[in-house]
Parts: sequence; structure tokens; C-alpha cells
Amino acid sequence: MPLTLIEAEAFLYREARLADTHDYDSWEELWTEDAIYWVPAGGDSATDPANNVSVLFDNRSRIGTRVRQLKSGKRHSQNPKSSVCRLISNVELLGEHEGDTVIGATALVVESRDDRTTMWAGRYEYRLRRVADDVRMSFKKVTLVDREHPLNTLSILL
Amino acid sequence: MHGSIYTDPAIFADEMERIFYSTWVFVGHESEVPEPNDYVVKSIGPQSVIMTRAKDGSIHLLQNRCAHRGNLVCEAPKGNTLAFRCQYHGWTYANNGDLLGFPYKQGYDGVLDKSNITLGRVPRVESYQGFVFGSFAPDGPSLREHLGAATECLDRLARISPAGEVQLTAGWLKHRVKANWKMLLENETDGYHPQFVHSSIFSVATSGIGALYSENSTALCRDLGNGHTENDLRPEFRRIAEPMGWFGTTAEKVPNYVQAMRDSYGKAAEEIMIDGSPHVMIFPSLFIAEIQLFQIQPLAVDQTVQHVTCMQFKDAADLNRRVLQQTIGSVGPAGFLLADDSEMYERNQRGVAARNPEWVLIARGLNREHTDAEGFTVSNNTDETTLRAIWRHYMTLMDH
Repeated sequence: MPLTLIEAEAFLYREARLADTHDYDSWEELWTEDAIYWVPAGGDSATDPANNVSVLFDNRSRIGTRVRQLKSGKRHSQNPKSSVCRLISNVELLGEHEGDTVIGATALVVESRDDRTTMWAGRYEYRLRRVADDVRMSFKKVTLVDREHPLNTLSILL
Repeated sequence: MHGSIYTDPAIFADEMERIFYSTWVFVGHESEVPEPNDYVVKSIGPQSVIMTRAKDGSIHLLQNRCAHRGNLVCEAPKGNTLAFRCQYHGWTYANNGDLLGFPYKQGYDGVLDKSNITLGRVPRVESYQGFVFGSFAPDGPSLREHLGAATECLDRLARISPAGEVQLTAGWLKHRVKANWKMLLENETDGYHPQFVHSSIFSVATSGIGALYSENSTALCRDLGNGHTENDLRPEFRRIAEPMGWFGTTAEKVPNYVQAMRDSYGKAAEEIMIDGSPHVMIFPSLFIAEIQLFQIQPLAVDQTVQHVTCMQFKDAADLNRRVLQQTIGSVGPAGFLLADDSEMYERNQRGVAARNPEWVLIARGLNREHTDAEGFTVSNNTDETTLRAIWRHYMTLMDH
């Protein structure tokens, strides 16, 4: 059964809180086993990731590696951790993909670190799935408004 | 070296004149403009240049600046066109830079001779193994003379392809850092840092990289002359003696590639697949790290953009898929490796601004560097022989 908008929003806000608060283990648990976490780069990256570099294109195994690296305490670009706060908005039910509910949203992630504040703005596409009594995400694509331009180091969870 | 060399805007301006606008600088690769009339907007330092392939197949580097009042003539990052038209007053140029025409020409009768006007051109354009370099100096050493011993590294890179050709077709990551461009140049040739800067990923994922950059590694760093340097990992790869071991995989994982290599190179294929791809910094701004290519673009004394792509080796589809995925994981703004390198450049930039002491030490390995059979200075892979090679060449260019 597809998710309702209320269920989808609740999931997105929970995910946002876990990412903002660097609760890496809880954030990792939100993913399904076939997950893809994707931040396209510029050019054809957003439409043809098999032949173009992306900023980030993690399968489930690589999501795990990313989390373990962050938890190692030696990920210098997150040691000390950034201060992060994000707004998720414009949440819409966009349809279905192989049984998953497709959700569109926009987000503005504000990151403060060292002597700079970075605003990561983008359009988010999620595929959400019911697993037991809970919701998991199988796909998250973050299309940054700045993707054609040089980006700052991206070591937080977008 | 004195810390101000990274922080003084006057030195930066001087470097642009004496290095980026005088010597050979990597701009792009011929495979980025494969068809006649293709173009892509590239850079030489802070300058925007358009790399075009004209109708006759020739490559041109044009300044993105109308000869009339200096407006940009090209807004799209790439495309295919016979002509560039300035949107300000409609002046139109062929893709080799020649002026085709300007509107309302009566106003120029007896004033301008159209045949004398062109887009600004980078006066010298030469390629080696498809890598296009430009020089703003109208004369001087040829590209081949400038590359010198580094040509052999580019040859070694090309032969990783069964067809002997590299292609840069996978797009670019652009990573902005608040650091002087030389911080990147040094970091990328420095074999001393990986165990410390990258310990997080080495501690959570299997990687052969750490072992290549340890005091016990048999890998070497080498001064190739003209500011070019190499971290020669072949001694380690030969010790492992496993085809494709250089790429952290085995021949069984990329069977089509291995077969294509054997078909193309015969017996030599085994040696190529053991030795692997080079790890070389071509002064001042082209860095090749086996499967990745980096272009260092200085924008200001404390601002640099690093452009990154992955190699795509012609006729090596199964290898290329893995090269792409490994590149995305390792480098760029979110890379398991590069996000921490960039953190180090930025901290270093803040650190060198300190007063008293103001000097940085680049003495590591002075006690053990030596000359190899071919006459190059080599040392342990963790030594600073590479940095000294860069600075020595830098001083010859910057000496007033």
C-alpha cells in the first residue's frame, strides 16, 4: 500500500533530524538493502550516472563504509563535526516505482564549519518502502542547485 | 620555504604571469571535443578559454572575449557550433577565432579592417597522447621539451587501454577549496601524508593504498625534471606480481579487459597489467593518479578549484565501469580520500599565515635520496624529494 503524505513527511523529518544531529547509526538503519544514495554532479551526471562521475553514488555497502568512516573519529573533514540544520519543504507524492512510493521535496541544508557557512540547496527525490511496521528508503537523489559549479567539501550527510 | 609564498597576493599575481601565462599548462583532452565543431569551455589559471575543434579537425584555444568590447562570446559550457556570436553587439567569429562579421558595417568603413581582428588566441597549442596544453608565450620550449621525461608516464597511461588511447568523457567534479594552489600541488605529490590523513578510510575499508605509502614500501618518489614528479609504485606492484593488482582487483574480475590487452599487446600485456598506470604530477597543474585526473585551477591566492574526472580507457568497458565507481568513491568534494585532503590544504593555509616561525620544512629524505640508473633523483616514497623538485623548478621560473 502506498504511503500517505503524512507518513512520508514524518519519515523525511525524522531522516533530516538524524542527519543534522550526526546520529549515523540510526540514519544508516533507514536504508533498505538495495539502497542507492546519489548526489549527481553537473552535465549529464543527473541523467546518465553509469557513464558520468557523480559527487556521490553509494550503494548499500558504500553507505555503510561512509558511516563507518564518519564514526572512526579520524574523518578529518568531520572532526570537529559541522553544525547542520535543514529545512525540508514542498513534499509531494509523485507516484510509484516498483512498489515504492516516490516522494519529491526541496531542502535547504545549512552547514557551519570553521569560518564558513555553506548552503546546500536542492531537489530531493526519495523512494520509500514499508518494511514490517516501519518505513525505509531505497533511493535518495539530491540534485543540487549548484551542481554545475565548484562545490565545497561535502562531508556531511545531505 | 617561507610561509608568505602561499599567502601573498603579489606573489600569486607574479605566479600567474610567470607560470600560468608563460609555460605549458594542461587545458583538456582531445576526446572532450571528438567531432568537428565541438567545443568545451576550459581554463588556464583564472582565464576562461574555449577549446574548439574546427571543421578541419584542428584544435584551437580561444579566449572567451569579444574583440569589440570584451563581452563573453560563449555562455554554454560545451556544444557544437561553427561560430560564436557575441550577444552584446552581434559580432560573430568562426570556431578557429577568425572574425566572420559585425552588424551595421558602414560605421566601420575606413575605421577597422575585419581581416585583422580575431578572438584572442592562446598562441601555442600542442598535444601529447591527446592531452592538450596551451602556452600564452608565443615562443619557448616545445611541449615535448617541457614534458621531458614525463612523456614516458603519459605513454604508460595510454597503454592501459587495449587501443592505446585515453578518453576523458565521464564529466568533471569541481571542488572548491580555500587554499593556495601550491598546497594541492604539494599534497598530491607527498607520499608522507596518506597514512595519517586517510587513516579513517584505511581503518574501515580494505585498501592497498596505505601500504604503498609507508616507510617500508619499496615504491619510490622521483624528480623527473622541469618540476614534474612521480610516485613510482611499480616496485610494489611488481613485488605483488598480480595482473590488475595495481587496481586492487584480479584478472578474473575484468576478463574482457584482460583478453583485449592480451590481444593488443601479446606478451607485453602481463607486464603492463602488473606495472599499472602512472602516478605523476605534470607541473604546474595536471595530476594523474592511476585512474583519476586532476586539474588544479588557481583563482586567487587562497582560492583554488580542483577539476576531477576518471580515465576512460578506450575499448575497456568492464574496467571503465569500475574506474568510474572507484573514482566517485575516492575523490571529489565527497570522496573518502579527497574530502580529507581538502581539509588539510585548508588548515595548512590557515597555519602558514602564522608569524614566527614562518618557514616550512621540506627536508625529509635528504639523508637518503640518490640517483637512479637513468640519472633521476629518487628516494623513499614518503620523502620530500618531489616537493624539492617542484620548488627548484618554481625558483627558476620565478627568479627575477
